[in-house]
Amino acid sequence: MADNPTPTPARPRDAAIGSGLGRVLLLVYGIFALSASARALVQISTHFSEAPLAYLLSGFAGLVYIAATVGLAIGGERGRILAFVSCSIELLGVLVVGTLSIADAVAFPDDTVWSHYGSGYGYVPLVLPFIGLWWLWRNRPRP
Amino acid sequence: MNGPLSLATIVVALVLGVWYVIRCALNKAPSNTDLWSMLGLGLLVVVLVVVAIVGLFGPDRPADWTTFVGYLITTIAFAPVGVYLARLEPTRWGLLILAVAALTLPVLVLRLQQIAEVTSG
Repeated sequence: MADNPTPTPARPRDAAIGSGLGRVLLLVYGIFALSASARALVQISTHFSEAPLAYLLSGFAGLVYIAATVGLAIGGERGRILAFVSCSIELLGVLVVGTLSIADAVAFPDDTVWSHYGSGYGYVPLVLPFIGLWWLWRNRPRP
Repeated sequence: MNGPLSLATIVVALVLGVWYVIRCALNKAPSNTDLWSMLGLGLLVVVLVVVAIVGLFGPDRPADWTTFVGYLITTIAFAPVGVYLARLEPTRWGLLILAVAALTLPVLVLRLQQIAEVTSG
């Protein structure tokens, strides 16, 4: 592929979809985008009144994962900003909601992806934003 | 749902997952054996899901059956999607894709068991 004479498409160098490791990262992000949003959809559509706060948070978390996945995938300036903002919200979310769900169990009677620092998901939600931010840092624009 | 079949699926998925991680660490690309083993695991999952669907028509069907069916669809799709994506990525990272898919399946099977147990009756 290195000496391919045809002009390569104008995909940003840091787009995660353009590299093997990035694709694995997108797969994991995609799995979380899917599981968080699907869970929220079921919770909100079937028993919303039981724990509105937790379910709205679930839905929000799902949207953030989708945004992060898209941002990492497309890369470039806009993609980086989108991915940076959503990964930061994820990190804040998992830390704040994780702490609150332990300190104030009454407000969080039903679990979200971020409850107890994501223990219900093997703590992957706690690690994932770090990996996303690491990806952005590794592919930072260099002069 | 909670039979030797689930246990076999979980064990096979974990063994395959570790195998793929090792192969990825050795900087290999997915071989035909790797891809076929994943499809074999997928076949095991199909049998498991068929058994679970038959159970849906039995006396103790899970009360939370929207979630249950959602998980069934996700679970059955996982291995084929993993193989498809791994074929698109014929490098060491294709093996990591297979590993992620294989290591997620036990979680899905365990969740299916939980939903079937906690809410049935």
